[in-house]
Amino acid sequence: MNLTLKIWRQSGPDDQGGIHTYQVSGISPDMSFLEMLDVLNEQLNEKGEEPIAFDSDCREGICGMCSLMINGEAHGPEVTTTCQLHMRSFTDGDTITIEPWRAEPFPVIKDLVVDRGAFDRIIQAGGFISAITGSAPEANSVPAPRDKAMRAFNVATCIGCGGCVAACPNGSASLFLGAKITHLGELPQGQPERWTRVVDMVGQHDHEGFGGCTNIGECAAACPKEIPLDVISQLNKDLRTALKMGL
Amino acid sequence: MATTELVKGSRAARSTIALKLLMAVSGLLFIGFTVGHMYGNLKAFSGEEAFNEYAHHLRELGTPMLPYEGFLWIVRVGLLAAIIVHIACAVALWHRAAKARPVQYVAKKNRGSSLSSRTMRWGGITLLLFIVWHLLNFTIVKVNPSNGSTGDDNPYQLVVDTFDTPWMTVIYLLAMVALGFHLHHGTFSSLQTLGFTNTASSRARARAAGWIVAIVIAGGFTLVPLSVLVGIIEK
Repeated sequence: MNLTLKIWRQSGPDDQGGIHTYQVSGISPDMSFLEMLDVLNEQLNEKGEEPIAFDSDCREGICGMCSLMINGEAHGPEVTTTCQLHMRSFTDGDTITIEPWRAEPFPVIKDLVVDRGAFDRIIQAGGFISAITGSAPEANSVPAPRDKAMRAFNVATCIGCGGCVAACPNGSASLFLGAKITHLGELPQGQPERWTRVVDMVGQHDHEGFGGCTNIGECAAACPKEIPLDVISQLNKDLRTALKMGL
Repeated sequence: MATTELVKGSRAARSTIALKLLMAVSGLLFIGFTVGHMYGNLKAFSGEEAFNEYAHHLRELGTPMLPYEGFLWIVRVGLLAAIIVHIACAVALWHRAAKARPVQYVAKKNRGSSLSSRTMRWGGITLLLFIVWHLLNFTIVKVNPSNGSTGDDNPYQLVVDTFDTPWMTVIYLLAMVALGFHLHHGTFSSLQTLGFTNTASSRARARAAGWIVAIVIAGGFTLVPLSVLVGIIEK
């Protein structure tokens, strides 16, 4: 496959940055998207040019490290992470535009790499449960209803990649927030801190500069883990309950 | 505004979700009002006398417990308060959203959102301009085809005169398209913001409610202008 790549290059946080065009050839349809970028970087290295910086870690779709806005879609055209996106999803001769996540709380560090520390701070603000240390308790000592456990497990698949923020026209992290609130709020272990959690996490979210949600659903469509939109309803409901409690 | 510190003393009432809740509640008030308003408009199909009687009755509703037009003024003050809240929250959230994405994408596709959901803000401005026009036309009776003489004594005549004028009818029909769009997403969005869509099925019901509210209200409103235009309703 031969491709034309329009890639955002930015040498550092304070550089203005811009789109640069590259040609790559000899790309196999079985390569992953990141392997295709590896090929481009090898070519750039040979020419003595600065390789393109992008995030990746596990490359098996479970860590949430890879990002990339590909032709205007977070993680590209398939429902998966960029590392698990393969070049067979494109056709020979395509022009592909690659940009970093765009949000004020996700500042660009270099090229396609953004700082997603804002998500860590949202988790730090309340995305945890307090547990007694020591040996693990007997798993069946705390019964959890099956439907609640299933919902919690389904939304616990959120890997915190930030694709929801990238896809949202408002730059809101409500799907991420909703996934964490639902995951912890559905389980018995999450109950003691449930109402302060939602207030603290939303407070941190707002403080970081993420936008408000308008329920349009771009986030859920972009989510590589298919977190459904109803977690945002759960988030709103929990906050409304906290509001009633005067928190 | 990326920071490295954790905020202390977060309050639910000061969150973006609190603003959304205010938008949702004030929006639902408008839906309730438009249903009543649309019902009143349909009285035009019962003829001049019934329509004018209804308009007169609205002014007498609640008397003698309330003064003449008392009920009407309570509704007006309530709607004015709701619209101020609705607009203030919308402006605050729009401003936040603009600040949250200072650098735009070169390429951006829409994959999961409806056209109505993406046009809420400009649609809202369109509706605000329409409301001003509509009040000048029918309530304050400054702009009307019969030069301000038919307002209080014969609202039916004013309606027929207005919609006999094609360009005025076009304004109303366009405004009802904007209203239908706004209600389609607004109904679903308010239910989601209030936290009533926690399952796939309740979400589907909320989406269906959006369609029903939009079609019934915007459709119901267009019946009168269209009927005047084609001569079903006449003087």
